Amino acid sequence: MIEAWIEGVGIFAPGLVGWEQATGVLAGRQAYAPSEPPKLAPALLPADVRRRTTEHIRLAVEVASEAVRHAQVDAAALWSVFATSESDGAISHNICEEVAKEIPEVSPTRFHNSVTNAPAGYWCMAVQSQAPSTSLSGFDASVGVGLIEAGVQVAAEKCRVLLVAHDSPFPEPLHSARPMSALFGTALVLAPARSAHSLARIAVVIEPALRALSRLPDAGLDGLRTGNPAARVLPLLAALARRESAELFLPYVHSQALRVTLEPV
Amino acid sequence: MTPLVLTSFTGVNALGRGSAAVLEALTAARTGLVPCTFEKVQLETWVGEVAGLDDLRVCERLAEFDCRNNRLAELTLEQDGFAARVAQARAKYGPRRIAVILGTSTSGILETEHAYRQRDPQTGALPASYRFATTHNLYASTDFVRRYLGLEGPAAMISTACSSSAKVFASAWRLIAQGLCDAAVVGGVDSLCRNTLYGFASLDLVGRDACRPCDAQRGGISIGEAAGFALLERPEQAASHSGVALLGYGESSDAYHMSTPHPEGAGAALAMRRALDCAALAPPAIDYINMHGTASLVNDSMEDKAISTVFGTDTACSSTKGWTGHALGAAGITEALISALCIQHGLMPGCLNTRAIDPSFTSKVLLTNHSGAVRRVLSNSFGFGGSNCSLIFGAHP
Repeated sequence: MIEAWIEGVGIFAPGLVGWEQATGVLAGRQAYAPSEPPKLAPALLPADVRRRTTEHIRLAVEVASEAVRHAQVDAAALWSVFATSESDGAISHNICEEVAKEIPEVSPTRFHNSVTNAPAGYWCMAVQSQAPSTSLSGFDASVGVGLIEAGVQVAAEKCRVLLVAHDSPFPEPLHSARPMSALFGTALVLAPARSAHSLARIAVVIEPALRALSRLPDAGLDGLRTGNPAARVLPLLAALARRESAELFLPYVHSQALRVTLEPV
Repeated sequence: MTPLVLTSFTGVNALGRGSAAVLEALTAARTGLVPCTFEKVQLETWVGEVAGLDDLRVCERLAEFDCRNNRLAELTLEQDGFAARVAQARAKYGPRRIAVILGTSTSGILETEHAYRQRDPQTGALPASYRFATTHNLYASTDFVRRYLGLEGPAAMISTACSSSAKVFASAWRLIAQGLCDAAVVGGVDSLCRNTLYGFASLDLVGRDACRPCDAQRGGISIGEAAGFALLERPEQAASHSGVALLGYGESSDAYHMSTPHPEGAGAALAMRRALDCAALAPPAIDYINMHGTASLVNDSMEDKAISTVFGTDTACSSTKGWTGHALGAAGITEALISALCIQHGLMPGCLNTRAIDPSFTSKVLLTNHSGAVRRVLSNSFGFGGSNCSLIFGAHP
């Protein structure tokens, strides 16, 4: 079992723009009304840097910034884990289109933005963090794989860890091969011990047996959950929003599940 | 930290299949690099290509995973008795108690490149035979290896560019230390594709000749492909092992630039210091440093500065990329394998292809192979996005 204390949350998706607004929706106090989210322009990225980034990168920096503000911690001191199923879909598409030509002309900026850890690189530059950062994937279970990596870092290294999970839809023709209904990003600041900023304690174990995964009562929200790999963490965020103790099952690799026990502070 | 032994390790790269082929080429100072003829790429450069992958198919039961990256993974799992050794560990610990933590940069994106050349002229659709989840997806090769070996423990695909398959050792150590598993298969797979060849060329980082790490006239990297795996266990639990252990790891971020390392090597030095602290070793305890040494102008220069800062000017160091090329997401595991061979066989390789060491360098870069006792090796891996990882391996009785 691994345990950690959640100190801050960030979220950005259609109809869930920032933790304060999302809390009302996830707790069931407001109806879920998905609409085109506002343009992502995280203040941490200077305008000239922002222009060189993609929506996928800005999504990660936006939710990470919010979680760190919420937790009131020193961003530079945080270790970080960035979980994504597919890395940057728009860039994958663009470079594959270019290299299909006989004489390709790949954009150098696009190429260095194509590495899976590009969002992590921009984040570390934005907050001037030399702390370790890990970017990883577990397909539909990416957020579960990220939660295990982050939780193990919290326990083994006795450090605060910023967990970011984000996925954005591919353009066609890859969208048909790997459909995603909408973009979704979230971030959690996890700490090894309780503090004045603790929101909840979570305990996570990899379940030995197949389990029915937790769902959301609202059909629209549950559609978002199944429509984007990063959004698979929504049942955990909903429990956090409701400030209720909960036992949840989130997807892990190969049809396994994580059992997450949440106790609000 | 508590050391973990490498019960078994293996690799396939441009030097050949398995440890013996790699050791033989290292000892004979024979490069695996050849002029690039891969996929009709029209770039004047050399590559470290693994021979014979086009003729292979992955095993029938996992046929949906067939692609260059997974062919390379399967070929590698069958070298040096690695899969058989994992099967023994599986019988001992149970499949749920063994993790699979791998690294890659581009996974099976070559399949998508092929599919993009066969799009429907009317609709733009990809061919019906195209499979995404088992090839292009970043996690595909971890999924494949886990199924191939019948393992059900914790799993991840780490993708931090060229440090990916070094960082897997840190993740695996933490998982074992926290009791989430008893053993871990770590490693990495990265295969040639047009994305990386044309991508690195767009940044003017690709050399025209076989790469010459640390050379005054170095002209850029030679891209390679490789896979490698190691089985990590607690020493007291391993019935037998390779005589090599993971003693420490150090991870850091540059926070400087997306594709250029910090010019003074601040992040690289930090990763090396953290690895020494983690292993509770002082710099003189390291006999040899296997550099990241890509043969790009800025990497080798900043790495020389970082090594001199942390170790002074008396610790032998070199880059083996003149043999294998830069295997990107598989560079970390490839050089972990070479580090382990150096410890087993008392070898300190020089910098192959290098004629004259950059006169501005102050570290003790080896130009030719040396033999002698090698008790501890530090291996560096640095990636785009400023992702750094240093590992320390040592002889273990």
